[in-house]
Amino acid sequence: MYKKLTYCFLCALLFISCSNSDDDKYIATPLDLDIPEIFAQNLIAPVIPANNPQTVEGVALGRKLFFDPILSGNGTQACADCHRPQNAFSDPRQFSLGIDGIAGFRNSMPLQNLAWNFNQKFNWDGSATTLEEQIFEPVTNPIEMNNTWPQAEASLKNHSEYPQLFKEAFDGATIDSVLVSKAIAQFLRTLISGNSRFDRHLMGENILTPQELNGINVFMSEELGDCFHCHGNPFNPLWTDNTFHNNGLDESFTDLGLGNVTGDPRDNGKFKAPSLRNLAFTAPYMHDGRFATIDEVINHYSEGLVFSETIDPLMKAVAQGGVQLSEEDKADLKAFLLSLSEPGFINNPDFQNPN
Amino acid sequence: MKKSSLLLVLSFIFIACGSDDDNNTPADVAVDLRFSQIFDEFTVTSLNLSTTVYVNEMNQELTISRLRYLVSRLVLTNANGDSFSLSPYHLVDLSNSQTLNLNTDMTVPEGDYTLSFVYGFNEEDNQDGAYADLNAVSWNWPQMLGGGYHFLQMDGQYNVNTEPAPFNFHNGTAKVSEGVFEQNFVVFNLPNTLTISEDSTINIQMNIAEWFRNPNTWDFNVLNTQLMPNYQAQKLMQQNAATVFSASIE
Repeated sequence: MYKKLTYCFLCALLFISCSNSDDDKYIATPLDLDIPEIFAQNLIAPVIPANNPQTVEGVALGRKLFFDPILSGNGTQACADCHRPQNAFSDPRQFSLGIDGIAGFRNSMPLQNLAWNFNQKFNWDGSATTLEEQIFEPVTNPIEMNNTWPQAEASLKNHSEYPQLFKEAFDGATIDSVLVSKAIAQFLRTLISGNSRFDRHLMGENILTPQELNGINVFMSEELGDCFHCHGNPFNPLWTDNTFHNNGLDESFTDLGLGNVTGDPRDNGKFKAPSLRNLAFTAPYMHDGRFATIDEVINHYSEGLVFSETIDPLMKAVAQGGVQLSEEDKADLKAFLLSLSEPGFINNPDFQNPN
Repeated sequence: MKKSSLLLVLSFIFIACGSDDDNNTPADVAVDLRFSQIFDEFTVTSLNLSTTVYVNEMNQELTISRLRYLVSRLVLTNANGDSFSLSPYHLVDLSNSQTLNLNTDMTVPEGDYTLSFVYGFNEEDNQDGAYADLNAVSWNWPQMLGGGYHFLQMDGQYNVNTEPAPFNFHNGTAKVSEGVFEQNFVVFNLPNTLTISEDSTINIQMNIAEWFRNPNTWDFNVLNTQLMPNYQAQKLMQQNAATVFSASIE
């Protein structure tokens, strides 16, 4: 008994002496990703780089940075201005405007389930090979946040809160662009959507309408929608294959997409297949936001395909313009697609502006 | 000085190993697999995808833009009947060079073996959603067609010299009628002897041309897309699969 007490006392002394002598010592608190049951059952582990583990402090810092215009050249624009929570972190505008009012040329991608992007090619054209790397681009892009990293770092260093927050998140390290990218990447990896009505159906809840159930049938039938070859299936609940396809939008290309990144003409006109999750919130659609509604997207695959040299052979009915769905099948397919949208994702309090 | 003692130690080890050999116990060696693809005399790699034009038995000119296939239950068997399981399953994706080599964890005694494997999954293994890595690359076969997984996906264009049109040569479980399905895998027991020694790699080769001619001559003008729900097409593919694979040591 006495021995135990003495031991406790010694421990307490140790603890006090540690905290006294080591003011600059910070150990961030590990944080597990909140993996949806449907992902845990069906998919391999999410991708978290060994040099950027998830921590409570890192995610909180990343969230603050994501919503803070401090990273932009004139302090007017945050990541969240073009990746809005209410739009599943995409932009309802066809093209986002940078700090100088200049429009981009692609539609802002939704941000969800990014740790499950197994082949680690980010953006519509695969131009970033890690999530951390992706974050470097918009800060300095002249038609986006138009800042320089030295200036962004200086703004953060001169801020009343950030120096302390970086210390806590990164074991006392000082602010630089790499840590900014790491913090934001940690926050982005928490943006997980895996609890839509369709997910709950897959988990055994009997909640889908007959129309939605026929919609998944249209989706999975090679002789009907044949959507599953590129957009996942009930056992790949990401609802994307995370790869690049020319889906028959144009006969010739003004935007080469993946081809511009790889330099391989065989990749011209290929863009990433986006996830079908949260479509209810992510209009407009396609890499260039050309379609304002889901109906227009379905009509494209049904009747609007055009041939080009790099078209994916999975666009099999291109000679007829598409898979020629009946109006009823189109409506059912749309109903199914909307069952993959999750209001709880866009309204998750952990994903909102903390500033 | 240090170097010379190291040499001394090494030579002892060498001698020790040498005396093992005297007992006629063959050394255990690692087994590596390589997957290669040809179209008769042409080597097919990711560099040829979408560009090189091949001619099938019907004189139809075609290009291939995607090729993925699954093999499972890869086993080496020696003359004593001892068998060594190399890998439960492996998905080859021509566009992903990492999948073209499989360094198995298995070591086997040096010697002569024959190779067997299953093209696709057999009925026992072909379970809906059972393999997370295959789910992650959308390799699943629709449940309405019997479920499980694809065995083969070969996509491309045919009649590329006249009016290019897409083909989707996809193989998996065959649907006989609503809710009635027929297994479609092929067991390969390759007859040739593979002599395995240090640093040897087993090259498993697919001759794509065989898919289109042996025994059934494939006419892309008739069978091109929507082949997955087409029972007859699925069985023709299974029949043609029987001669597409061979194995050799390199």
